[in-house]
Amino acid sequence: MWARTVCLGFRASAGALRGFTSKADPQGSGRVTAELVEHLERLALVDFGSQEAVARLEKAIAFADRLRAVDTDGVEPMDSVLEDRCLYLRSDSVVEGNCAEELLQNSHRVVEEYFVAPPGNISWSKLDEKGPNSAE
Amino acid sequence: MLGRTLREVSAALKQGQITPTELCQKCLSLIKKTKFLNAYITVSEEAALKQAEESEKRYKEGHSLGDLDGIPIAVKDNFSTSGIETTCASNMLKGYVPPYNATVVQKLLDQGALLMGKTNLDEFAMGSGSTDGIFGPVKNPWSYSKQYRGKRKQKTHGENEDSHWLITGGSSGGSAAAVSAFTCFAALGSDTGGSTRNPAAHCGVVGLKPSYGLVSRHGLIPLVNSMDVPGILTRCVDDAAIVLGVLAGHDPKDSTTVQDPIKPFMLPSLTDVSKLCVGIPKEYLTPELSSEVRSLWSKAADLFESEGAKVIDVSLPHTSYSIVCYHVLCTSEVASNMARFDGLEYGHRCDVDSSTEAMYAATRREGFNDVVRGRILSGNFFLLKENYEKYFVKAQKVRRLIANDFVNVFKSGVDVLLTPTTLREAVPYLEFIKEDNRTRSAQDDIFTQAVNMAGLPAVSVPAALSSQGLPIGLQFIGRAFCDQQLLTVAKWFEKQVQFPVIQLQELMDDCSSIFENEKLTSVSLK
Repeated sequence: MWARTVCLGFRASAGALRGFTSKADPQGSGRVTAELVEHLERLALVDFGSQEAVARLEKAIAFADRLRAVDTDGVEPMDSVLEDRCLYLRSDSVVEGNCAEELLQNSHRVVEEYFVAPPGNISWSKLDEKGPNSAE
Repeated sequence: MLGRTLREVSAALKQGQITPTELCQKCLSLIKKTKFLNAYITVSEEAALKQAEESEKRYKEGHSLGDLDGIPIAVKDNFSTSGIETTCASNMLKGYVPPYNATVVQKLLDQGALLMGKTNLDEFAMGSGSTDGIFGPVKNPWSYSKQYRGKRKQKTHGENEDSHWLITGGSSGGSAAAVSAFTCFAALGSDTGGSTRNPAAHCGVVGLKPSYGLVSRHGLIPLVNSMDVPGILTRCVDDAAIVLGVLAGHDPKDSTTVQDPIKPFMLPSLTDVSKLCVGIPKEYLTPELSSEVRSLWSKAADLFESEGAKVIDVSLPHTSYSIVCYHVLCTSEVASNMARFDGLEYGHRCDVDSSTEAMYAATRREGFNDVVRGRILSGNFFLLKENYEKYFVKAQKVRRLIANDFVNVFKSGVDVLLTPTTLREAVPYLEFIKEDNRTRSAQDDIFTQAVNMAGLPAVSVPAALSSQGLPIGLQFIGRAFCDQQLLTVAKWFEKQVQFPVIQLQELMDDCSSIFENEKLTSVSLK
């Protein structure tokens, strides 16, 4: 059965052929400004690290822009495929826990039963950081 | 013995033909021999032997736990395993030892399975090649198969034959390689956009993505909460069904698991497909699809038809937007999920102490690789106030359209959809790395991610070898929560195609020459 002759002309009509990915993603329109870079780095607390990374973001945005072509009038956003079901809630009774010691073991800096954090309420600015230089 | 199916080995264990300890030791020895594949990050030798001992005791006393008792399995390194390092192939979690087992891991252990180790992956499961983790890339066992090597013209002897090794696909490449190389009988992967099915297709094994909500995600380090599913990799469909039977079911610790009672099932051996309706989505026929995969897909469709099934063309009109939608939703959820890695409670922590934010930023820079950081930043972009409606909410709307496409197709009487799993067979690593991770993911996830957005079950079954002697898999997509029906059809197909067993004899004999070349290949790693 498996050795049947190959059906070269595929069943689907040729009109349905569409490329998913364009091999040459259009370069971003340079809309990722230095301001935006700083803003995103501040929000994400992750740095771009290089101009390449910024270029990649631009490509990612250009890619995402393709969604504009879809007509979504009257369509509700979908959060979850299980939206038609009720979320299960456990009864509010404690069945486990009391494992502070185990949990504390995974942290690098603890004092008694506290996780130790550096001082908060200090706005982050790149100049403050002592650490490996970013590749800019 | 290692080449047998799970069911066969289980029977052998019950009959005393082999003991769990012997089986465990064989697998451990094979893991050592195949170390150059880099499939395992951690080999839990001591734990596995201890589990084998306990299993042996149970068999001696005549009360084994079930089909999985004494069976070596491997788990992808983004599942939490108590007492065993869980890294997600990232510096962020290097040295992290979880204090608990993921539910799926616990279920396997409760059934007596032997945990051989944690397998390699792309960092945080982001990628389609299993090339971007800190422990290096995973090599496809088929690179060393007689089938592949026989077709390649040998370069001059002495030159490293190993430099053209192939990728496994990803991101569950380590699990796929572990199963493909006979080091275990089943492995857990995770599937967010095809991460179980893609490497399954490239490594010639069965890769099952169950329906979303069927298997617990508790303990699976999350990537995209609304799409992640633990995946199952085995050498045959029947084995996947056995594992699914153990893993499926409501978990109070994961409120996204459905409460429908799951009855353990034995897959029927279908002989008559005349009542089956197979759909062929025409939008999946893309110019990028390799001619070999296309022809195999066509042959498969013909096969069903010749055996009496109804095979029809169907349409999933929003297919071309699927990958874009996935890209937006994935990066957005990732941006949120990765926020938990701040160095305070677990994971890597840097030395910066001037402020919490400075510490978080430096920790995250040191802990994450470019791919992860890139996705976090993209996600944050899409979630900015000014972009939220335009990108994130828009993508959520498109997601509904895509999910509805599937609903409509299944409503029209189709039982399963038949599609390719990948665009082509596995490529050499050197070729794969010519494009960046994001581009590759966008290309390679094309047939697999729509299923994750719709939450449907899908399975990749190895169909045939390419002209280069490499596996090509085909994907079946089923109705939500009709995993059993899906697997039944897949099992029938598997029986028809008689996919060849990988011939790794040369590998076993040639081990020494491969170890020599290992030094050379490590130069090409980052």
